[in-house]
Amino acid sequence: MCLGIPGEIVELSADRDDLAMVEVAGVRRAVNTGLLGPGEVRPGDWVLVHVGFAMSKIDEAEAAATLELLRGLGSAYTDELEALASSDIT
Amino acid sequence: MRFVDEYRDADQARALAAQITALCEPGRRYQFMEVCGGHTHTIYKHGLEDHLPEAVTLVHGPGCPVCVIPMGRVDDAIAIARHPDVIMTSFGDMMRVPGGAGSFFDAKAEGADIRMVYSPLDALKIARRNPDRRVVFMAIGFETTAPSTAMTVLRAAAEGIENFSVFCNHVTILPAIKAILDSPDLRLDGFLGPGHVSTVIGCRPYEFIPGRYGKPLVCAGFEPLDILQSVHMLLRQLADGRAEVENQYTRVVPWDGNQRALEAIGEVMELRPYFEWRGLGFISQSALRVRDAYAVHDAERVFDVPGVRVADPKACQCGEVLKGVIKPWECKVFGTACTPETPIGTCMVSSEGACAAYYNYGRFTRDRVKEATRA
Amino acid sequence: MTTEQSVLERIERARLRKARVKEERVTLAHGAGGKATQTLVEDVFVDAFRNPHLEAMTDGATLTLNGTRTVFTTDTFVVSPLFFPGGDIGDLAVNGTVNDLAVCGARPMYLSAGFVLEEGFPVADLRRIAASMSAAAAAAGVAVVTGDTKVVERGKADGCYVNTAGIGVLERDVTLGAAAVRAGDAVLVSGPIGEHGVTIMLARGELDIEADLASDTAPLHEPVAALLDAVPGGVRVLRDATRGGVATVLNEIAQAVRLGVVLDEAAIPVAPVVNGACELLGIDPLYVACEGRFVAVVDGEHADAALAALRGHPLGQGAAIVGHVADEPAGTVLLKTSFGGTRIVDMLVGDPLPRIC
Repeated sequence: MCLGIPGEIVELSADRDDLAMVEVAGVRRAVNTGLLGPGEVRPGDWVLVHVGFAMSKIDEAEAAATLELLRGLGSAYTDELEALASSDIT
Repeated sequence: MRFVDEYRDADQARALAAQITALCEPGRRYQFMEVCGGHTHTIYKHGLEDHLPEAVTLVHGPGCPVCVIPMGRVDDAIAIARHPDVIMTSFGDMMRVPGGAGSFFDAKAEGADIRMVYSPLDALKIARRNPDRRVVFMAIGFETTAPSTAMTVLRAAAEGIENFSVFCNHVTILPAIKAILDSPDLRLDGFLGPGHVSTVIGCRPYEFIPGRYGKPLVCAGFEPLDILQSVHMLLRQLADGRAEVENQYTRVVPWDGNQRALEAIGEVMELRPYFEWRGLGFISQSALRVRDAYAVHDAERVFDVPGVRVADPKACQCGEVLKGVIKPWECKVFGTACTPETPIGTCMVSSEGACAAYYNYGRFTRDRVKEATRA
Repeated sequence: MTTEQSVLERIERARLRKARVKEERVTLAHGAGGKATQTLVEDVFVDAFRNPHLEAMTDGATLTLNGTRTVFTTDTFVVSPLFFPGGDIGDLAVNGTVNDLAVCGARPMYLSAGFVLEEGFPVADLRRIAASMSAAAAAAGVAVVTGDTKVVERGKADGCYVNTAGIGVLERDVTLGAAAVRAGDAVLVSGPIGEHGVTIMLARGELDIEADLASDTAPLHEPVAALLDAVPGGVRVLRDATRGGVATVLNEIAQAVRLGVVLDEAAIPVAPVVNGACELLGIDPLYVACEGRFVAVVDGEHADAALAALRGHPLGQGAAIVGHVADEPAGTVLLKTSFGGTRIVDMLVGDPLPRIC
């Protein structure tokens, strides 16, 4: 129901503490960071952007853990395939 | 794109699909509802159902803010937009939604000044630049979008921009889920929870779903692998005989939500005693209105809105589709009288509406698609 | 037959029904190039002007004048803003008509230019537009040989509208048209898609989004000639992918021949920044307009030669084979997604709108 896109904070506004420039694949837009804690984001951080607001800071460790889990599920499958291929049922 | 591309990998999807199939009990069928229209969009956009075994069906839920807006509210918004000094601003999503007498696009063609914005802050900017006009923002959306509207109202109040108001149609997702759970024809085995709503409300509020109804819920991200993984997590719970709230979308959703966002909503808005949902009828405590303290920014008080209830067209079965009772194609008018260019129901208007998504992306049975893509 | 199948067949019948304009007034959707435009054109104009040339519904009409096969076309340009990164309404107006002639297989020769100007429009801007038209005409090897100017009251037009008409000659013995398309043909695009449309959307400034992006507006007669020379007889149909984008063009072809077009998402060239903007705005690049890209359907056996010919031209460097034509599903464009699934790519109803959900 709500389009949210990950974007990287590239610059904090010099004159307003709730404004930051966010970049998504080379596309830039000023985004309001007022829903995050003061000083919570710095350039290089990634946030989820929805209707011009940063909704949450993306947790890179959690992102990596999710991918790791997905890879784990994948390799369990490959192992099984390999086991199947090497098994001799004739 | 970081945090996007890595969750769209086809090989991972195939591997995960095999795991999903392995978790299905032979002979058992599973129906999971993706509550959020954003998930519906992802499912169709990426052709995700092609990876799912036959035993698993995804049912499209009510989480499309455009789809649930009753026709009378669209008419009210258009009545406001027709004031000669009004600039109505709206997300692109609302532009084609039909009320009892046409859509924003139709009203625009007849002379109303209706402009599309990307953010409510852009609407505020228009108000700042046009002090002699009254600028109204057509506020729609669930808890994800409500904080943005609230923050914008707070900013307008702080800057004293009195020519800015919002026509508040924000709705809350939990009463709708509850209405579905209470529906006697419910045949669901679990829920994919709305990930972006959860960035605001967190995961705790869903605990009544396993607690009282015994159904598992996995709060899911919006990339296709997120959804497949969430289906896997639901199946795992069922296989283990568990029913819990789990969070798949940990990179974005904190378990406790976003306190600041909730405070912003609470400061500016309060629950309405009841609100009409298109197709679902009146649901109590399911929508937000602007508090008295911000009355000057509440379009419902700044303008006289007709507030006439418009009954849903008889032939339209959006309600049953929203509740997951019927599939889009089972509706009597689907694809014939009701198509994306001449929508009768809202499910056909929004690209994330279950019917439009099915019409645009899904319409062919899997066998025919497989045949066609074999070459 | 399952119930779902019978429903789907009922829908197919509804889809094939003659289009009727149901609205009482023209809306912006009627100008967006998608389904609504098609309905308006068929119901109002084709119905009124009925003749075989028009009914072919191609980018230009092929006419035999005094024994010479000539292509005649016209196009009207309304764009806001008038000046945008990579071009302006002037070069758009010249390239647009040149491209309509080119994709009919003609060598573009002469253009007309008609201007509707709003009272108060700066003459300096008009000079700038004329200068870029002149430069674009020189680049395309055409001359603007006749014209017209009208001025309307302030508020009755958005600054400046331009209409161009053009004629060209068919020097090659080719007949291009959707009717020639066969199952097994290859589908190519001449370069990365969506750059013009996204540029314009951002240049309007309403979205407050910035990106290093320029319109792709360019004359296509040279890459088209390169393609036609490389695979004589192998090219079935060419279309420039303007309003409604590649998806609309392919739907029109699929519907005209009642064949399926199967696209491979991973093969479709889209610049990362266009992709980023589309993700942010929730729109699909397949529906976004290009002004310097065309779609080619060629005999599958000649696909590689066609691709090499396109890539040999600077305006075709980013060309790619993006799919093929199949017997099924008839009249439909199907996309094999990068994720390993499939979906239908239908015609667009109105302009692609930025969405939040």
